Amino acid sequence: MSAMNEMKTLYLLVPFAPLVGSIVAGLFGRWVGRRGAHTVTILGVLVSFLASIAIYFDVQAGNTFNGPLYVWGTSDGLSFQVGFLIDPLTVMMMLVVTFVSLMVHIYTIGYMADDPGYTRFFSYISLFTFSMLMLVMANNFLQLFFGWEAVGLVSYLLIGFWYTRPSAIYANLKAFLVNRVGDFGFLLGIGLVAAYAGSLDYVEVFAKAEHLAGLTETVTGWPLVTAICIALFVGAMGKSAQVPLHVWLPDSMEGPTPISALIHAATMVTAGIFMVARMSPLFELSDTALSFVLIIGATTALFMGFLGIVQNDIKRVVAYSTLSQLGYMTVALGASAYSAAVFHLMTHAFFKALLFLAAGSVIIGMHHDQDMRNMGGLRKYMPITWITALIGSLALIGTPFFSGFYSKDTIIEAVAEANVFGAGYAYFCVLAGVFVTAFYTFRMYFLVFHGKERFEKAHHGHEAHGHDEHHGLAPGEKPHESPAVVTVPLVLLAVPSVVIGYFTIEPMLYGGWFGDAIQVLAEKHPAMEKLAEEFHGPLAMALHGFTTAPFWLALAGVVFAWFCYLVRPQVPEFFARTFRPIYVLLENKYYFDRFNEVVFAGGARLLGRFLWQIGDRTIIDGAVVNGSASMVGEIAAAARTLQSGRLYHYAFAMIVGMVVLLWFIYGGH
Amino acid sequence: MEFERPDFSLAAAEIFVAVMALVVMVTGTFLRRISRELGYALAQLTVIGAAFITVFSVDDPTVRYTFGTMYVSDWLGQVLKLFIYLSVFASLLYGRLYLIERRLEKAEYYVLMLLSMLGAMILVSANNLLVLYLGLEMMTLALYALVAFDRDNGLRSEAAIKYFVLGAISSGLLLYGMSMIYGATGSLDLGVVGQAVSLGAGDELVFKFGLAFLVAGIAFKFGVVPFHMWVADVYHGAPTPVTLLISSAPKLAAFALAVRLLVGGFFGLAETWQPMLMLLAVASIVLGNLAAIAQSNIKRMLAYSGISHMGFVLLGLLAGVTDGGHQQVFNAYSSALFYAVSYALMSLASFGMVLLLARTGFEAEHIDDFKGLNRRSPWFAAMMMLVMFSMAGIPFFLGFFAKFAVLEAVVSAGHTWLAVLAVIMSVIGAYYYLRVVKVMYFDEPMDRTALIASSETRVLLSANALTLAVAGLMPQGLMAVCGYAVLTSF
Repeated sequence: MSAMNEMKTLYLLVPFAPLVGSIVAGLFGRWVGRRGAHTVTILGVLVSFLASIAIYFDVQAGNTFNGPLYVWGTSDGLSFQVGFLIDPLTVMMMLVVTFVSLMVHIYTIGYMADDPGYTRFFSYISLFTFSMLMLVMANNFLQLFFGWEAVGLVSYLLIGFWYTRPSAIYANLKAFLVNRVGDFGFLLGIGLVAAYAGSLDYVEVFAKAEHLAGLTETVTGWPLVTAICIALFVGAMGKSAQVPLHVWLPDSMEGPTPISALIHAATMVTAGIFMVARMSPLFELSDTALSFVLIIGATTALFMGFLGIVQNDIKRVVAYSTLSQLGYMTVALGASAYSAAVFHLMTHAFFKALLFLAAGSVIIGMHHDQDMRNMGGLRKYMPITWITALIGSLALIGTPFFSGFYSKDTIIEAVAEANVFGAGYAYFCVLAGVFVTAFYTFRMYFLVFHGKERFEKAHHGHEAHGHDEHHGLAPGEKPHESPAVVTVPLVLLAVPSVVIGYFTIEPMLYGGWFGDAIQVLAEKHPAMEKLAEEFHGPLAMALHGFTTAPFWLALAGVVFAWFCYLVRPQVPEFFARTFRPIYVLLENKYYFDRFNEVVFAGGARLLGRFLWQIGDRTIIDGAVVNGSASMVGEIAAAARTLQSGRLYHYAFAMIVGMVVLLWFIYGGH
Repeated sequence: MEFERPDFSLAAAEIFVAVMALVVMVTGTFLRRISRELGYALAQLTVIGAAFITVFSVDDPTVRYTFGTMYVSDWLGQVLKLFIYLSVFASLLYGRLYLIERRLEKAEYYVLMLLSMLGAMILVSANNLLVLYLGLEMMTLALYALVAFDRDNGLRSEAAIKYFVLGAISSGLLLYGMSMIYGATGSLDLGVVGQAVSLGAGDELVFKFGLAFLVAGIAFKFGVVPFHMWVADVYHGAPTPVTLLISSAPKLAAFALAVRLLVGGFFGLAETWQPMLMLLAVASIVLGNLAAIAQSNIKRMLAYSGISHMGFVLLGLLAGVTDGGHQQVFNAYSSALFYAVSYALMSLASFGMVLLLARTGFEAEHIDDFKGLNRRSPWFAAMMMLVMFSMAGIPFFLGFFAKFAVLEAVVSAGHTWLAVLAVIMSVIGAYYYLRVVKVMYFDEPMDRTALIASSETRVLLSANALTLAVAGLMPQGLMAVCGYAVLTSF
């Protein structure tokens, strides 16, 4: 019993240690100072990380937990509570979130050193860590929604962290609005669950899943589980930036780089993936929903990769690569390979955080110039950043033995085995995506670290950005390696980027480590079962990897990039000229933004104007609001007149009341 | 006739308070020079001492009688008494500076405070019509004097005279009802009356006739429509510390009056009093909320808000009877108790804020006086915001749970339309609470004087307001106490 209580204390420590850090840094930042702020927040996250490790060993020993910690209220059978569900899926997420967050916290000391918002930034990232942990540790939909919205809020705050830049404000508003669209679907999904399952508790809802599968939504007549799953997935599309709700993520690069690493690569955007994996008992019951997931994911994986090719901002390249990788995870979900999706989520968290932080390090070295056209040959000046970025890139493109290989290859294999509608299209997309990924990744790598040093001639046109006075190198200045607080996290992230796949693939995918946390109906969706039969250990898989199509595609991508950007720099220009329409299409990001602006924003404005003039001014303001308000006002004034101040009026009112009460004596008969 | 020695220990708190009131009076007369500080100290000591006696003297939940059966000691009484002590304590503490600044701090003030509290205590524990009446009169007589305490001020005297005359009428109504009951049953004992009523012994019409007058008396004490006319004028006219007291302790006492008379004595005629309460409740919730909107004086606004809150308490009480008077729902009574107690806490904090802003020659009783409070004191602006949110019944605050509990009881009693009406009126009511928040945060301050208050006041007032938020997150404790009090007392 006491062991149980000790574990409960640990569970509480995980989310609340960062919260305390956040509160101290946020509300008392002025008193604790910059040093105090980063010390207390890093300590909080460290405590949280260590507690997560302890919980990991406890879960490894077979102990799971599911229960409420605090019940706020119960109404009509629905319990509103804070509770934790601790199982292998949760604990894996906890480890990833706290580890990456810890690295980012340390890195921030260096990255934000000169920023006036230093303590505020630490407060935000700790608050974010708390929100994300509440999200993954939830045992009910309400808390999931709380965490979901809380990470959205912090993301909003952080994208707009430099709130004096109009572009940052535009980006955070955009992220906020796009996420609202997703959250609307998510809330509908939760509402359907609450309405039909009569509970918000995961375990109770999953227990009723079979029963729900037989129902149809009463108003529309849709199959209920499909409706729930698609609604929930719309939420995931917003948070995990799937087409067409992906538009906010590239713009979110307006935030400081540590945040891009933490939120827009490693953790928040994976919330949608995690949520769908958590809901696997529901998604398994609807092939329609799975197809929907598969197709959206495949589209994102390939087409967002294309966009990475034409970007010149180093962070935007990494951002589009994130979109594409999230697409891979989503594809895995659609193929019922939930464990593979979560596995890729984990490996991706490490190498994408690494890449982002490396990009940040480059940005520091370049004095906040983010344009790759002004870089080149940086490997001489920033050796640690160079090596770690190379490791990250190799992991990202799926080089055998690197962590990214294991997860991505598994996904591709799983899609090959998938049998729901759209699997063929998805297989093509993920396979083609491998080439695209390799190409844009190494394009970035070669442009930044190899080739001629272009920063000599780069002091131009900073006015174009117009927001940051001190960015770009001064004439004749050389880039320099970043301080240890920046490079140490890079090295620490590089290690798992290389090895984590090798060591964890077997237990996570084929060893049943997730247990009941992820449920697959093997007879209907046999992809993972088949893969298990073919799996003969990580070494054999990597060696076999050299002979498969993905490897050769990746290699082709790298070679092509090498050829285009180091050997014959005129080739890209030639392509851009020859395939002008495609290039323009990519430059404009498939016109998603334009479309949204014209159709949705314009339409909303039009509708808004209509409602404002007809609905609001005439009906609501005129008749309802002013009408009822003036009615209320009149009654209020009348009541005030009744209150004449004259004693005999008061006494008379009492007598009238007395008479009315006496009338009830006969009314009762 | 055999004389049985009564068990004085059950009334120890009342005896203690009575003795201390006399001590304060005597020291006030003979030790003039230090009488003020001494009076304050003794009064607070009395309240704290009484709280100790109440907490420690009753540890078992059985209902016990003393002085024959005239006096009852039960959990309902103890819980109400504890909150009455709290009200008096807060009134003394929050109001101290106010009284000193206006040269009103005299020993008599504390004597009257204690006597009023004593009256409320007796009323709460009475099990006999006569004792009930005596407690009531003791409480209100002391209050009349307190309202008029600043006797050179015309506004105060006018309020006091109105309160006195109307109070006398209501006492007359109550006494008339009691005499009717006595005539029908030949007993003043509530237990005997209760039995007679439920057995139907005696003329039913006489009972009902008496009941109507009793309800009128109760309604006056609650200050519900149409027996509410005194409320706004008295709240406005009385010195603010007295307003604070009137808005809390007597309401709790009125709750006891209603429960003892209607539930204890007249449960057999629930079918008759239920619609009466319904009418009073609806009228109060509607009129209270609407009239509050038109107020520019915050004391008057809180007076009308109080009227609507009392309507909610009545809703809880009337929901306790379902199935045409054959079933009692204790949940409903406990929700009403919970509401009354929550209202007392909110009311203390809101008038406490008015007192905090007041200073020499300035009453801070206009809503405009709260303008820009956030600039002057962000902390207390936040506290006032908590109080207003709680009063408006915004979720996660105590006021929300109070409304929720009552409405739940009303709905399960089958009066959904009542609940709907109450919710609509609460939404309208939210306007005037949020207006205070709005002026605090968005308007320019009219004056920028720093707030003057003792550190005890600052701490207790903050604690009082924070309680509303904390108890909103963890309402189970207070709810359980109320539930237990109701369950063990019948």
